[in-house]
Amino acid sequence: MSLFGAVIALGVLALIFGVILGFAAVKFRVESDPIVDQIDEILPQTQCGQCGYPGCRPYAQAIADGDDINKCPPGGEATIKQLADLMGVEPKPLDDAHGEEDVKKVAIIREDECIGCTKCIQACPVDAILGAAKQMHTVIEHECTGCDLCVEPCPVDCIDMVAVKPKPETWQWDLDTVKENIKANSIPVKVVE
Amino acid sequence: MSDVKTVNRDFNTDIIGQFPGGVHPPERKQPASSRPIRRLPLPAELILPVRQHIGPSGKVLVEVGDRVDKGQRLTEAGLSQGLPLHAPTSGIIAAIEERPTAHASGLPEQAIVIHPDGEERWGNKHALPDYHDVEISRLLELVQEAGIAGLGGAGFPTAQKLAQQKPLKHLIINGVECEPYIAADDRLMQEYADDIIAGTRILQYITRCDSVLFAIEDNKPEAIKAIAAAIDDDTQIKLKVVPTKYPSGGEKQLIELLTGHQVPSGKLPMDIGLLMQNVGTAYAVKRAIIHGEPLLERVVTLTGEALEQRGNVWALLGTPIQHLLDESGFNPEKKQRIIMGGPMMGFTLPSTEVPVIKTTNCILAPTDHELPAPGPELACIRCGACSDVCPATLQPQQLQWLAKAKDYDELEKHHLFDCIECGACAYVCPSEIPLVHYYRKAKAEVRNIAREKAKAEQARKRFEARQERLEREKQERLERHRKAAEERKKMQQEKASRPDSKTDSGDEKPAGKSAAVAAAIARAKAKKAAQAAKDNADEDSSAKGNES
Repeated sequence: MSLFGAVIALGVLALIFGVILGFAAVKFRVESDPIVDQIDEILPQTQCGQCGYPGCRPYAQAIADGDDINKCPPGGEATIKQLADLMGVEPKPLDDAHGEEDVKKVAIIREDECIGCTKCIQACPVDAILGAAKQMHTVIEHECTGCDLCVEPCPVDCIDMVAVKPKPETWQWDLDTVKENIKANSIPVKVVE
Repeated sequence: MSDVKTVNRDFNTDIIGQFPGGVHPPERKQPASSRPIRRLPLPAELILPVRQHIGPSGKVLVEVGDRVDKGQRLTEAGLSQGLPLHAPTSGIIAAIEERPTAHASGLPEQAIVIHPDGEERWGNKHALPDYHDVEISRLLELVQEAGIAGLGGAGFPTAQKLAQQKPLKHLIINGVECEPYIAADDRLMQEYADDIIAGTRILQYITRCDSVLFAIEDNKPEAIKAIAAAIDDDTQIKLKVVPTKYPSGGEKQLIELLTGHQVPSGKLPMDIGLLMQNVGTAYAVKRAIIHGEPLLERVVTLTGEALEQRGNVWALLGTPIQHLLDESGFNPEKKQRIIMGGPMMGFTLPSTEVPVIKTTNCILAPTDHELPAPGPELACIRCGACSDVCPATLQPQQLQWLAKAKDYDELEKHHLFDCIECGACAYVCPSEIPLVHYYRKAKAEVRNIAREKAKAEQARKRFEARQERLEREKQERLERHRKAAEERKKMQQEKASRPDSKTDSGDEKPAGKSAAVAAAIARAKAKKAAQAAKDNADEDSSAKGNES
């Protein structure tokens, strides 16, 4: 008899909790996978596709589905470290197959050579190139992520990837490079021997 | 124990505290502090970097070849944090180009180069000897238009600091000047005490504050005497003499010393009802309001044993450092270092072609004997001397490990940004670790990461907006095709239902012909559209999307 009571009690409890869980699953449903958002947050958003996916978000989705975390050259070591922390895996060195970590670059169009074909405009993942058919194009420098995708489609090869020059406010206190910043004839202090 | 003495008669002793840490490096203020401020002949050119202070640069108002008067405005003040720049003397604009700036990087920045004509011809001055019946907002405007930035250190635009609308407990005038070698404020107080106090009263009027604390370090007896005489029996201004200790002139340190309150981490003195201004700033405010003169020159200490004539000079903004050295009997050694600022917080100049800017208080040309170059960095022995002297109660050795490990999250948790870069830790370090250098580097890196993050966010938004646009265009295209196909179908049906028109009479021919032409055009259009859809790259429409 007591066995019967216990089974009924547990059954009722199971039913109640089942209803609560079922209700919660519908009511508090999570639309997108938050881990993908978190990964996407870490990725550098260059949208360069070097990882083999068409943009940062698809790669974030792929990582969430179990892909390797070392396929992002623009993010480099720092991004891999953060991803490893987030995913709870060991950091690995950058996968060479996807490119090497490089200095930050921006695209510059040599404007007198541009024929106005709009091919680079279609290639740019962040709409950072301005222009129209048969009109000169130009890169909005501060919107350019340096992804390299516009270089290849250009039929006249008039796009250069140029390393971003440091400005005093972005300078990294790298005292070894100071001499390079100054013209050769004015360094450092004139010495009378 | 009280850390502050006073020479004034009436003041409140119970609000006085002391700050932790600090060091007592050799002062070496002589002979600069005992020699009158000199005036130098005009240099051959003045280099005025358009950006001299925190914040964006203003818009340049002059062109190459223009003749400018002394005090004429050269740049328009920017939006929120800008300050206008003025011609320090009359002359001709020789160039507007990139020149190396007074920054440790030596990176070139946009600068206006003036060739002085030696006439010292003043433009219009709007003197305002009696400011008491002028509105405060107008006075703030005048301070802003005079291009005054804090002359003590960071160079924050003074008017913006004054404009904070919060009630003040105290206005603090900082004449502490605690860093070794520097005696610019000391000399200014000795020679222009009345002007400084007049400037202080203007600041007091603008901030509606009835309590001024005027702080001077006790190693400046002459300045204390001069300021005490200038204050006379003004009960609202209290002279506070603080004991010599480095860095008691730091904003947060001095506040703790004078009021016993700490400015909370990440907050401003304003948040606890205090405002601090440097004595040089008070002087500049007096010149700006009472004489109508913008900030054109400042006192610079020229010192170090490599100079024969050590002392203070009135240097026009934009004067090349080389000119100052040439006028002071400069005998460079091999590998001579020139330091802008003091030995604790200054930086070695990459070139002597850089100009004096609004925050340049000292040019130090030490011999190797008096200020030996630092030896090689040795390993940290965890002696803890650095944390004993840190005035911000940080853990310098821990910050150093974290900075070397590039652990930026942890660095921020250890309050890296509370570091005032005073250099006390590096001064006492027995292993000669350039600690402040590591902090500066780490700070720059943290700021950079924040900037990159903001940029990445922007790029993500743009990428998503583009994806959305492409999707929308695809839908529109499909819709167009569907419509075109329907049209075609309809036309064909019409054609099929109509009796054959080929055998019809001549007057009906044109109509049949035009229908055929229309059908051909429609076919061509459909074909073209189908082709474009196949390529999945409709050039015109995406180009149009970019234009918009």
